Amino acid sequence: MKKSLEIRSVRKSFGSNEVLKGISFRIEPGEIVSLLGANGAGKSTLIKILSGAFTEFDGEILINDQPANISSPLQARSQGIETVHQKINEGIIAGLTVAENLLFDRIALGEISRLASPSKMVREARNVMKSLDLDWDDSILKDDVFNLGIADQQLLLLARALSHSPALLILDEPTSALSNAEVSRLFTIIQKLRADGVAILYVSHRLGEIEELADRLVVLRDGVIQSIQSKPFEWADALHDMLGMDLRDSQFGIEEERGTEVLLSITDAQIFDESKPWSIGIRSGEVTGVIGLLGAGKSELARALFGADKLKGGTLEFLGQAFKPKTPLDAIRHGIFLISEDRARDGILENWSISNTTSLPFLKKIASGKILNFNKETELATTLIERLRVVTESHKSTVDSLSGGNQQKVMVGRWLVQNSRLLLLDEPFRGVDIGARREIAQQIRDLVKAGNGAVIFSSDIDEILESADRVLIMVEGDVKFDSYLSETSRNEIIKKMSEVA
Amino acid sequence: MMKKGNNLSQGKEFVARDFLVRYGFILVTLISFVSFFATQDTFRLSTTFFSMLKYTSVVAITGLGIMLSMAVGGLDLSVGATAGMAVTLSAMTMVVYNKPAIVAVALVLVAGILIGCLNAFLIVVLKIPDLLATLASMFAIMGLKLVPVNGRSVSSGMMMENGSTAPGKFTDAFLKIDSGQLGPIPYAVILWMLLTIACWLFLTRTTWGRAMYAVGSNPEASLLAGINVKLYRSLAYILSAFLASISGLILASRIGQGDISAGNSLLLDSVAVALVGTSVLAMGKPNAWGTALGAFLMGVVITGLTIAGFPYYGQDVVKGAVLLLALVFSFTLSRKKSRFISAV
Repeated sequence: MKKSLEIRSVRKSFGSNEVLKGISFRIEPGEIVSLLGANGAGKSTLIKILSGAFTEFDGEILINDQPANISSPLQARSQGIETVHQKINEGIIAGLTVAENLLFDRIALGEISRLASPSKMVREARNVMKSLDLDWDDSILKDDVFNLGIADQQLLLLARALSHSPALLILDEPTSALSNAEVSRLFTIIQKLRADGVAILYVSHRLGEIEELADRLVVLRDGVIQSIQSKPFEWADALHDMLGMDLRDSQFGIEEERGTEVLLSITDAQIFDESKPWSIGIRSGEVTGVIGLLGAGKSELARALFGADKLKGGTLEFLGQAFKPKTPLDAIRHGIFLISEDRARDGILENWSISNTTSLPFLKKIASGKILNFNKETELATTLIERLRVVTESHKSTVDSLSGGNQQKVMVGRWLVQNSRLLLLDEPFRGVDIGARREIAQQIRDLVKAGNGAVIFSSDIDEILESADRVLIMVEGDVKFDSYLSETSRNEIIKKMSEVA
Repeated sequence: MMKKGNNLSQGKEFVARDFLVRYGFILVTLISFVSFFATQDTFRLSTTFFSMLKYTSVVAITGLGIMLSMAVGGLDLSVGATAGMAVTLSAMTMVVYNKPAIVAVALVLVAGILIGCLNAFLIVVLKIPDLLATLASMFAIMGLKLVPVNGRSVSSGMMMENGSTAPGKFTDAFLKIDSGQLGPIPYAVILWMLLTIACWLFLTRTTWGRAMYAVGSNPEASLLAGINVKLYRSLAYILSAFLASISGLILASRIGQGDISAGNSLLLDSVAVALVGTSVLAMGKPNAWGTALGAFLMGVVITGLTIAGFPYYGQDVVKGAVLLLALVFSFTLSRKKSRFISAV
């Protein structure tokens, strides 16, 4: 059944902080509306209201022009609203099989017996998978969901949502974990859903995706809708509205830096057991971008250079000396820092303040002997907050209370404000809006100009084009291509990335 | 860029709840103290007060050790056994081998550190989860201490294997550990306070303590921040066993013989006070003063109820209720996520 969704003057406050200040827009059946906004603009809050997670708010939600009562996630579902949330971990139930996860909603409602035989589960699961054209075989369906890769987990959640034949589908950053091939498959499905009359709210940071998919664009800033555009979109206007600053004049292109001195030479490095060994030199004075699809071996390389994991083979030389980091501590002492990929798992300490998180890798610097000096610690955190323009109440606020982009600024900034010789950044821009992304990229540029090295590992070509000088392309653990950006093109990079050995 | 007014608190209900979470446990302690003080004549005596503190010091010091193991995200189950070992070992040294108190004290402390090293080895090198490793070492220590004494308690003047009488006794100097006083304050209480201050300074003012909390909060993030995770986990278990051996010395001095069942109930009591400690001032994490206050409240309640004629066999019910109350403050009422004991 086709349904329209209307949001009318929706307001939501947390204490004295008004996060949504009267939001109104409408999605027609068979329309894809994209929601664009910086971190902290209110997107997540709106999604939580629509999906029934937040029930206290002012204003009205209308479905087919009738006031709808969405007082729980279950209610939202019964009205035909399905949401695929950004955080995959919150949807996947570890310990259950893939099939059980696919059918979880129906199992939870008792529509499928909890005691159903595995073969019956697999049969039911097959039907669900048809909605996404997934061709997972029975052994995968019976396997623990934990053994699925992050991209497959994301697809599983989508399949689960689509199994309810939603009339209104909310997708929150659905592509952040997907490879290009999977993204294009997802887009085919989304376009088919639109043709079937489903109303879709699509939230993403990736402008290219919005350009390709969306019929209309809603730009949100500070809880207020700044503008609504129909195709064709004026991106300069949209970014201006989203960020509240004028990017139209600022240059997209950066001046390319070329380094001369080799800082870290990697010889005969082997990333996976069966991958080809390769050698390369990372130079100071330039930003090296390492691009590759998910699973190309980027994180493995980054962690090995930092001493968090071991290379399968090969040797490292740092500033002309043999370098064999056994632990991250070894690397940090040499001035090699890593900002790791998954900030929730590998960076954030629950309930820890910005100050304490900032100083953790450099406790020695804020201590006299072994005694902590709290003034120095505060000073350090204040420096970070000012330099990266972290939006926070105080340096004592916990990092988990910040918005995603500001969390990332803290995680990146705590290394940036120290003297590094070589900074490794694994997906530093994930879940970060363009404003924060440019600020972080600028800091990296300053670091490099001072004669240090930086390597950005990313699977997003725009991020690399915008922040790096030199690009290395990794495919299946092998470095396939090495060039300065001015000597190559976006098309060539994409072509090399998708070449398989 | 500082942002103003992002405050989740809203209305009086929240203020009251925050107040309760923060000060609730201190209030409970005050109320129980005052009510016993008002109703029980014996409770008002200063000797009762200090003997209560002295009685509590053993659990409190062991609790400090457990608290340190909790700070790195683990739990040391072998502390009770370690204290029991201290009792038997000090009796052996003085009664059977006729050595002076100082030798007994030194041996016990060294043995404590060795037990800590063993636990650290099991956990850090053999990678056995904390709870399981210390459970195993708890059994091993309880069993091993019985071997040299043939499973019997050691007391002055007891008959030895060869038919002779044991040559030594618990020396006066050793007995002073528990019975000695500085003015009205027993040595054991002074020791408890000093160790609490030491743990507090260690955890909150030194890089070691900060690193230990980091390890307890997120070991992977700590490793990637250059923290030597293995070192700090080891350190926590060594300190924990060391503190348990100190409380074992106080216990031995109090009993005055090598009672083989000594320390048996210590583990659960000290886990309870360390857990209670996490709820004090809404810390949400193991801490020294909270542990001390937890032990104090347990002491007040048990002493007060005993004076009021509450049967001794009901004590565990009361301890359970106190612990439950503290956990309600930590988990149910607090909006901050409390997290400790990530082992297993």
